[in-house]
Amino acid sequence: MAPAAQLVDATKKYGSVEALKGVSFEIELGDVVAMLGPNGAGKTTAISLLLGLRKPTSGKALLFGLEPTNLLARSRVGVMLQESGVPGMLKVSEIVDLFRSYYPVPLPRDRAIAMAGLEEKAGSLVKELSGGQRQRLYFALAVCGNPDVLFLDEPTVGMDVEGRRSFIERIAEFAKLGRTVVLTTHYLEEADQLAKRVIVIDRGLVIADAPPAEIKSKVAGKRVRFNAPTLDQKDLEGLPVSAVTSRDHGVQLLTNQPEAVLRELFRRGVDISELEVSGADLEDAFIALTTHPAKATQ
Amino acid sequence: MSAVTAPVRAPMGPMLVRQTSAEFLKLWRVPAFSATSLLLPIVFYAFIGIGQANETLPGTHVKFGAYFLASMAVYSVANVMIFSFGISVATERGMKTDLLMRATPLPPLVYLLSRCITAIVFAALTLAVLFPFAYIAGGVRLEAEQWFTLAYRVLLGSVPFIALGFAIGYLSGPNSAVAVINLIYLPTAFASGLFFPKQLLPEIIQNISPYLPLYRFGQLGWDAVGAPTSESVTTDWLYLAGYGIAFFAIAIWAYRREESRKFS
Repeated sequence: MAPAAQLVDATKKYGSVEALKGVSFEIELGDVVAMLGPNGAGKTTAISLLLGLRKPTSGKALLFGLEPTNLLARSRVGVMLQESGVPGMLKVSEIVDLFRSYYPVPLPRDRAIAMAGLEEKAGSLVKELSGGQRQRLYFALAVCGNPDVLFLDEPTVGMDVEGRRSFIERIAEFAKLGRTVVLTTHYLEEADQLAKRVIVIDRGLVIADAPPAEIKSKVAGKRVRFNAPTLDQKDLEGLPVSAVTSRDHGVQLLTNQPEAVLRELFRRGVDISELEVSGADLEDAFIALTTHPAKATQ
Repeated sequence: MSAVTAPVRAPMGPMLVRQTSAEFLKLWRVPAFSATSLLLPIVFYAFIGIGQANETLPGTHVKFGAYFLASMAVYSVANVMIFSFGISVATERGMKTDLLMRATPLPPLVYLLSRCITAIVFAALTLAVLFPFAYIAGGVRLEAEQWFTLAYRVLLGSVPFIALGFAIGYLSGPNSAVAVINLIYLPTAFASGLFFPKQLLPEIIQNISPYLPLYRFGQLGWDAVGAPTSESVTTDWLYLAGYGIAFFAIAIWAYRREESRKFS
């Protein structure tokens, strides 16, 4: 059987900009895949090719072995796109019914609305929804056709922490039905919670394709910031840090072992103030890894 | 995977019904569109038509009330066609709804057809408001056949304006569509003699008006109520067909231009 979604040596140029430089991967039915990468890496372009919204400059994009524009293929796919609005003057229940009518075997309307947690807003006009509710409506529209494959392009963008957490749970519930989910994100934690497989895209190329644990081990997980007027380069020698930047007296670095690094810095007598340790998001880490590959130490 | 469904598509009939009712509700719930397109024609009719409804046009036995009814029928139906398409297409492009719709299995033809049906239903509604108003308030009495001829001619003759609305929707931005349409539509409606008979317009405009699509459309209406027109109805239909082809060509060009920018 043909894979659910497939890119075969796909390239995409927008004018002189090469958004994808020869990307190949196969997504089998039942896979839950996160595409990770910094902004502008080519994730949205890859999804657009798979959905037939853009044509590859060379290579191929296939859905179920068919052209992505084929309505037979599209009838098995649900989509949530970045920044695409829906008409404000329809009620939630009306627009869900409208989208259900596009698909051969849709979910019952109330079930689709419940999966998105919008029961209380079913009778409201779309224009009355808040930003987070709107995002959940897009999710309802994506799942209401009972698709085999769900494409989600940055589904949690602009949500607060709590909103993101519950949204990820909803996606996970859908995936538990045995469906294929392909989502793009630049939050490592989302990929970690959801995906069985992570495809890392950077500057138009796949730089990793593996389970999340394996990917995470390659990436420094914490960002450490502090002020250290007396710090010089030699104080950091031999420490497991990467992507060190300093401006005025402020220093920022990435590491998987913040405790060990700080212990060593104190031991070496570095004068540190305004210390701050936070989870590096993957975007920071990837920028660091790809701009200073030689300095990335483990 | 037990959840995998057979490769089938949804039936087009129910899809068309849903899409059409959604398109209709979208327009109906915007009073700026629904109220103005249903009520403005009768307001114009009340201001301009009623006062002199019983005067006959010079050299004929046709009442001004009937003549102006034809004018307003043409005005309001063309108005619905251009506005409903122009504004909804421009708005959806602005919100990127078109992007999402393109990723669904909705066939583009169903989408287009639902829009056309909605516009025609809206146009028929404006006539359903205007005709009784002219009958009661303007005392307009026509043969049954004349009412019917007027109705079908203005509905059929409005097809080129659907294409014009589409073209404007693709060529103008979501915020400028209304302004663009008003700038084009109102002056040409005046110049075509829809508000005041052509004979009352400045001579330079009188020379232009025979080449305006709305003038040709108007002639079909005036002829239907028995008012004299400058050429035969066939000539008017031919003119409108020519404009229709030109507008469709522009609409398709504009659509393709959009296509190659956003979706290639």
